[in-house]
Amino acid sequence: MSESTKGGRLSLLSAALVVARRDFMAVLWSRSFIFFLVGPLFPLVVGALAGSVTNHVENSAPDYPKLGVIMQGADLDAVLTAGAALGSRMNGDLPDLAIVKRLKAGETAHPAKALAQENAAGRDMGAILSGTLAHPVLTGSREHLQDWQGPVSLLAARARTQTPAPLPEVALSPTAVAATQADTGHGRMMTAQAAQTLLFLLMMLLAGMVLSNLVEEKANKIIEVLAAAIPMDAVFLGKLFAMLAISMVGIAVWGAAGGVLHLVSGQGIQFLTAPAVGWPLFVVLGIAYFGLGYLLLGSVFLTIGSMASTVREVQTLSMPVTMAQILVFFFASYGMAREGSPVEWASIVFPFSSPFAMLGRAAIHGEIWPHLAALGWQALCVLIFVRVGAYIFRRRVMQSGAQGAVKKKRGVLEILRKA
Amino acid sequence: MRADLEDAVRESNDSRPLAIEVRALVKRFNGTTAVDGVDLRVPEGAIYGILGPNGAGKTTTLRMILGIIDPDSGFRRVLGSERPHDVSHAIGYLPEERGLYPAMKAYEAIGFLGALRGVPLAKGRQRGRELLEEHGLGHLAERQIRQMSKGQAQQVQVLGTLVHEPRLVIFDEPFSGLDAINQGRLEQMIRALAAKGTTVIFSTHVIAHAERLCDEVAIIAGGRVPFAGPVDEARDRIRPQVRLETRAHEGAWRAALPADTRQEGRFWLFSLPESGVEPLLRALIEGDAGILSLSIERAGLHDAFVAIAGAAAAKALDASGEEAL
Repeated sequence: MSESTKGGRLSLLSAALVVARRDFMAVLWSRSFIFFLVGPLFPLVVGALAGSVTNHVENSAPDYPKLGVIMQGADLDAVLTAGAALGSRMNGDLPDLAIVKRLKAGETAHPAKALAQENAAGRDMGAILSGTLAHPVLTGSREHLQDWQGPVSLLAARARTQTPAPLPEVALSPTAVAATQADTGHGRMMTAQAAQTLLFLLMMLLAGMVLSNLVEEKANKIIEVLAAAIPMDAVFLGKLFAMLAISMVGIAVWGAAGGVLHLVSGQGIQFLTAPAVGWPLFVVLGIAYFGLGYLLLGSVFLTIGSMASTVREVQTLSMPVTMAQILVFFFASYGMAREGSPVEWASIVFPFSSPFAMLGRAAIHGEIWPHLAALGWQALCVLIFVRVGAYIFRRRVMQSGAQGAVKKKRGVLEILRKA
Repeated sequence: MRADLEDAVRESNDSRPLAIEVRALVKRFNGTTAVDGVDLRVPEGAIYGILGPNGAGKTTTLRMILGIIDPDSGFRRVLGSERPHDVSHAIGYLPEERGLYPAMKAYEAIGFLGALRGVPLAKGRQRGRELLEEHGLGHLAERQIRQMSKGQAQQVQVLGTLVHEPRLVIFDEPFSGLDAINQGRLEQMIRALAAKGTTVIFSTHVIAHAERLCDEVAIIAGGRVPFAGPVDEARDRIRPQVRLETRAHEGAWRAALPADTRQEGRFWLFSLPESGVEPLLRALIEGDAGILSLSIERAGLHDAFVAIAGAAAAKALDASGEEAL
């Protein structure tokens, strides 16, 4: 023997890290992890492709319908002159004008007939402007008449003026106008909802992974080796840490992909009002609440999943687990919309909805201390859940001999049925 | 005189420090009592066998000793600690249901098992390579567990059980699943561990292993331990058997044979009388029985098991052995 390799006593945390390191490396170097990383990017790619197609369709769409004009010569010229002057200033509200017929003196117009003929000939006309400048008549579909009535009135008014004054150039002076209190409150509520939704999506996507986490150990019969060497609490904690680290890798990759898309598209989150605690702290709190929310849900999922003996059982459990997550999210959202109510307080105190509720609160209120208290409370709950989960696991799964085998075959579904 | 000697031996055994001491351990599962008041005293450095049929409570007892599960009542002390996980760095354990992570290479698996017992991972992996070489398995070092035969994987796991140089090694049914050659190797390994002062406990339902290896055994049946002590003491629970062959078949000498005498072919079989063999010999000679042969055979552990645990438990033990085959 080269040198002594006597073992040494491991602390709970060190033991958890041994398990976490094994799990993390095993998942990180597995082929399925690539699919896990790439999977959520598919919707982004599909969205980008769909956007591109939509743009293409929009670009290749036919021109907007024109407004045909049938008037006496002088009126018609005046209308065209006024249209040229106003068109560039009305931001598309005034349609392009097209001469349909220049009427001679005494000649009468048949706008409806002319409109039908023009459209039959493939010239896209929305309506016909006829009559005189004093009494313009607009003939066309109801939709176009409503849209164009006002602009045509302006057009006729300007055309009637013999020497119209030039339209003055308006100097633009953009400035950040202080939002009203109502605007800010509404905007922060939107930010809170967006943050809660993002947190929910990430947790729903990632926390479910923990469900099947102990199936590998049970299938490969390693669980007893682990349970003999280190406390089950350490096994549970280690598995949670590993999956949290994996989820952070996933978020980092997806975040980077989102950043690249942002750079490419030039779109940002400017549409969201800055949260009350400021963006940097909000992001930090978001990560902290994600971590603790993940650990909270994960510890329960791990316990439930640990009693499953097959992957099929885990799959069966996925649906109710997902529904439970959705309920928790709705509870937190409902509480946030009823500020100061018992429901809001309940959503803050209830461990599973607490991360959602508090992240929403960070967007709306600027105080820091409630977050420190909430993080402490959530961390305490994680420890309690892990201890209880490990206890249940030892009580219900780590039985031996023939009885243990029967219990393993029955699995969690039987346990739930009994409960 | 003999009883005094036994007491002296027992006292001398008891004076040895104990690797494991359990008293009145009880464990129930769903109203069924799996272990019902087990007492064990395992001296340091001993090879100790826990002998019993499947379902007798062997694994549950070992799991309670290891701290995998807690007893409902009773006392346990392992390597001086009442909390087994506090001394898990000095314990090696091979469970009955063997298993390793299939994607791990052999040296990684040994390193991981060492890391669970407090050996730094790199050091454990290095030691894993050395152990594989030492045991003629160097060619497996870089091979994944999933690419190995069941026997090879089991050998790797045994080495992983020892990588941290434990003071106490617990094997649960270590011989099941091994061929005769590897069973022999494992027996050698167990003897070598004991020679270095390591305490080895193993459970088995194969009496031959216990008889060959153990200094002491605990016989367990129905969750109880009717006997725990030196193997010789277990054998001494039943009297030696006398096998007698005579030229004459009838005669007055027949009256000298004990009441439990039975005939098997040419032989008369009976328990050694309390008074010893000399009065019997005298009666046989005087009665002109014509002694052709007479041998006194000490009882085997199997006979002792039958005598101690009962015929039903012995039948279950034999059935367990047949299942394993």
